[in-house]
Amino acid sequence: MTTKPEMTAADIAKAVAGRKMTARDATEAALARIKQHDGILNSFTDVTADRARGKARAIDADVAAGKEVGPLAGVPFAVKNLFDVAGLPTRAGSKINRDLAPVKRDATLIERLEAAGAVLVGALNMGEYAYDFTGENVHDGPSRNPHDTTRMTGGSSGGSGSAVGGGLVPIALGSDTNGSIRVPSSFCGIFGLKPTYGRLSRARSFPFVASLDHLGPFARSVTDLALAYDAMQGPDADDAACTKRDLEPTLPLIANPVSDLRIAVAGGHFQKNVFPEAVEAVSRVAKALGATKVVDVPEASRARAAAYVITTTEGASLHLDRLRKRPNDFDPAVRDRLIAGAMVPALLVDRAQKFRRWYRAQLAEIFKSVDVLIAPATPCTAPKLGQVMFNLDGVELPVRANIGIHTQPISFIGLPVVAVPVPLEPLPIGVQIIAAPWREAVALRVAYALEKMGVAAAPAPRGF
Amino acid sequence: MAEPLDDYIDAVSKALALPVEEGWRPAVRANLEVSLRLARLVDEFALPDEAEPAPIFTA
Repeated sequence: MTTKPEMTAADIAKAVAGRKMTARDATEAALARIKQHDGILNSFTDVTADRARGKARAIDADVAAGKEVGPLAGVPFAVKNLFDVAGLPTRAGSKINRDLAPVKRDATLIERLEAAGAVLVGALNMGEYAYDFTGENVHDGPSRNPHDTTRMTGGSSGGSGSAVGGGLVPIALGSDTNGSIRVPSSFCGIFGLKPTYGRLSRARSFPFVASLDHLGPFARSVTDLALAYDAMQGPDADDAACTKRDLEPTLPLIANPVSDLRIAVAGGHFQKNVFPEAVEAVSRVAKALGATKVVDVPEASRARAAAYVITTTEGASLHLDRLRKRPNDFDPAVRDRLIAGAMVPALLVDRAQKFRRWYRAQLAEIFKSVDVLIAPATPCTAPKLGQVMFNLDGVELPVRANIGIHTQPISFIGLPVVAVPVPLEPLPIGVQIIAAPWREAVALRVAYALEKMGVAAAPAPRGF
Repeated sequence: MAEPLDDYIDAVSKALALPVEEGWRPAVRANLEVSLRLARLVDEFALPDEAEPAPIFTA
């Protein structure tokens, strides 16, 4: 038995544990796919083949010895290159960080996935320092969309979207500060989970905006997403924001019916500035779920503005010394945004943080009468690589600044979201399934129902 | 003709010892205009004096 791109993580783990396939076979198949296709997709920046083969051999030895293997036994995965991978400098999409010493220890989430039997096969391309919605990178070249390689993957976790959407690996990890998991999920036609802020440890990953950074998984099925998420939960003293809540496994809950859930479409801001394909995707999801109610989310546009202000200033603070010492080694577009961020008066940031708490209370009120909100993940399907403007209702708008307008007001207050892919023609587009804090299981349950109904699905890659 | 934000950019650049080369200035200015326009949206929203910021320090 050999693996095929359409084999899910759950299929692989079951086959490995059941001795129908070896972890070594699963690993070699992933490495072969990377070798065959990544010249086009450009999703990987590092392939850790020796390490992967060593790990796979160890799993096969455990299986042969009759030892218990984890729920992800033999499943190949890869991580955005802002995760620490022992033996590599953590480049975070930059030129500057390549000069850092190789790190000695993996990020917590890599350790947890490997403890569950998964096999790390490499690190993935991303927008510089995660300040990006396109998946383009001036140093490493753009990651390419697996459904049309002339188009963007979305960012900043572009390589994660490309590698999973392209079927190179069944699971990848990324980060999401303003939409960087949900945007590539939308453009690349895959499932992505941005958990509640603080739910998954960020220890030993390169930060961007401490008060907005989240990490999470990508997959081609909801079961795989839940498998990966469950394996990564748990407190971690190495991340000050990581919750001490008990583990809340989601996999046993995702197949529960959704008929008792109160599901509404997010109105106002979330119904503006959208192309017809985003309207169609939300409409299909709402219809399938029987969601007829529209709930206005008050001041969501202002929430997006506040997220922008906090991002640019905290990002500038993080990079201030590098901006002084090595400004010419940045992507010029990132550098100029960060310098501008350094010049925003502090009191405006304080006001943004106060507004954030007010806005959080408004959403808490909404979630008293609603379990799930539905909203577009992106206003459009994947734009062309290098595209600067798009025309929306006769108005020319900058692409880069507008890709995340529907994701930012949600991550701003740390709500859990599953981005589900709606396989429209010719390109897929994502829809956000948004739940109240700590209710990842509810969002995954709705995503699973949509998958079972055939409304959400990761289309087979056909761009290469 | 000097742009309205140029004096401000020069002053903050000097105060923070943060270099802004002439070639970067138009993009820095454009980005700062966007940041300040969005910050103004937040600034305009009236909040009570007792409003607490989102991150609360715990000793």
